[in-house]
Amino acid sequence: MKKVVRGFYAVAYSVKLCRPSVICAYPITPQTEIVENLAQMYADGELENCEYITAESEFGAASILVGASAAGARVFTATCSQGLILMSEILFNAAGLRLPIVLVNTNRALSAPLSIWNDHQDFMVLRDAGIIQVHVENNQEVHDMIPQAYKIAEDKKVLLPFMICMDGFKLTHAYEPIDLLEQETVDSFLPPYKPEYYLTTKKPIAMGCYAPPPFYMEFRVAMQNAMLRAKEIMRKVFREWAEVSGRDWGEHLAVDYPNSRIMVVAMGSIVAPLRKVVKELRSEGLDVGLVKIRTYRPFPVEDVQKELGSSEKIIVLDRSVSFGYEGPLSIDLKAALFGRSVEFYSYIVGLGGRDTSKDFLASIIRNVAHNKEKPGWAFKGYKEFEEVIP
Amino acid sequence: MKFIGSGHGACPGCGLMIAVKNVLKALEGKCFVANPTGCLEIVSSQYGRNAWGVPYIHSTFENAAAVAAGIDAALRALGRKDEGKAIVLAGDGATADIGIGCLSGAMDRNHDIIYICLDNEAYQNTGHQQSALTPPGEATKTTPVGKVLPGKVGKKKDMVAFALAHGCPYVATSSCAIPADIRRKVKKAASIEGFSYIQIHCTCVTGWGVDGSKSIEVARLAIETGLYPIVEFVDGKLVTVRKIKEKKPVIEYLKMQRRFSHLFEHPRGKEILDILQKMANENIAKYNL
Repeated sequence: MKKVVRGFYAVAYSVKLCRPSVICAYPITPQTEIVENLAQMYADGELENCEYITAESEFGAASILVGASAAGARVFTATCSQGLILMSEILFNAAGLRLPIVLVNTNRALSAPLSIWNDHQDFMVLRDAGIIQVHVENNQEVHDMIPQAYKIAEDKKVLLPFMICMDGFKLTHAYEPIDLLEQETVDSFLPPYKPEYYLTTKKPIAMGCYAPPPFYMEFRVAMQNAMLRAKEIMRKVFREWAEVSGRDWGEHLAVDYPNSRIMVVAMGSIVAPLRKVVKELRSEGLDVGLVKIRTYRPFPVEDVQKELGSSEKIIVLDRSVSFGYEGPLSIDLKAALFGRSVEFYSYIVGLGGRDTSKDFLASIIRNVAHNKEKPGWAFKGYKEFEEVIP
Repeated sequence: MKFIGSGHGACPGCGLMIAVKNVLKALEGKCFVANPTGCLEIVSSQYGRNAWGVPYIHSTFENAAAVAAGIDAALRALGRKDEGKAIVLAGDGATADIGIGCLSGAMDRNHDIIYICLDNEAYQNTGHQQSALTPPGEATKTTPVGKVLPGKVGKKKDMVAFALAHGCPYVATSSCAIPADIRRKVKKAASIEGFSYIQIHCTCVTGWGVDGSKSIEVARLAIETGLYPIVEFVDGKLVTVRKIKEKKPVIEYLKMQRRFSHLFEHPRGKEILDILQKMANENIAKYNL
């Protein structure tokens, strides 16, 4: 059933269909309307056998979900930016506890300066946490991703938190026609959460034991093994979803015009305008293709090597900075393609909601194609200014 | 299996273990323990040496109240409330300092959990640093005695008032010196729907500087001097007070412990001793002990 809804509702409605037992969150722009929608469903009695809790902070919300998930509940939260990094201590902990918490991050810049607008700095903080990270391009994709996230996270060969990243404002506030899933579709795809190990007085276990040096490292190796196993399990679930829903979003990557001489790499909502730009530039005769990174962690090294290993020029559009180095996505891609003779043109764009128009994106690609740029990295789309050094 | 240990590594005479055993006994093991980082966690939950016979979780230092709230929500949503109550067994630092945000949130939402603050009056696991529940005059590693300062200058945070201000349906204090009182209060808390806060005074033999064989005696003196009033509130109303038969001066309690020994020599010692006696007198008057 197609309905014109905002991104918030596309998320909330899909969460409801996944039959979570505990939802807990704290308001933060531009996430808030996701949980407001869920709170309304709760108030209307539409969330069966579910507890909805407004926590005293994102830190509290994540902690409540640790307890709930450990006790065997399917759980959900949403947050972003300052809220995500306030949660970060607990999210790192949840990954180590191997709790399949699913959260939606509405990607937003970090303070200071304070900015409520969209970029990709916030989720980068959680990059190394042992949390699966998938990035979506539009609201149908996020709607579709939620049942898949639970299925992957709760797979006993995985058991890791799962973070779906959607661009704040650009997607959350956008109205789009969404093919809303049916309850039966989700029920047939996603079985109820029945963990093998959970807190119960019937068979007591201890969770979160501390591990001295003879034990700690094995737990961390096991987390990495689970992350690497997740790559194959995700592929399987992505394929299954394409059959169930009739919508094929690709696998870890989604590629337009593979094996082009110039490949543009990006993730998130910027992929949508890029797709149009690339198509237009091809009609101008440029040999350019597009790689959308869907899975950012576990990083799909093999897929990247297959799709980008024989390109001549790679244009990476990062939307965050590893200060003192360059864009994080660019760093990851360079590592994955180490030893290949490919030129990197890595650009950091669109920080703190700075516009990245189609013309702007097209000019970046044209300049690379016409050899007006040297390989390397740079910020693009900022005003020249005189830095004040007191 | 027992509800806790054998196999835990607590010091002989540790007040925490006396309290914890009696809490679990009162609940007949029908509980889910959320335990923040601290002494209790370290002595009971090493990987491969788990001493717990009840479901147990340690997440972080500052979030046990929220973790317990999550367990309670899950039990409710999954129709498993009959399995038992979520309880917190937390130290005083985890309660009154670093975890107070999560504690306030859980109290405010009135989750059906029993929060036990095991109050040994400092961060003992890390070697005796001051917390908000360290009393004035105590020498800790972060409030050391110096030429100028006589140990901690300040006060012990009133967590009973904090709990009452949140409208908690059950608020009480107890002590490792009176295990029957612990058991009675925990049973009472278990019978009440909503948030229970019980603060239990627990001797720390290493931090306080007392011999393990004197653990109960020193904790009893805290009660008998009026420094640690044993009280019980239901729905904000004071319902019981443990009367003191023979009131003792605070110096009888203080002189037994290394943490206060400097007060009898330091230039500002008398000033602190007067403050501590005044605290005891005020407790005696307030609760008619």
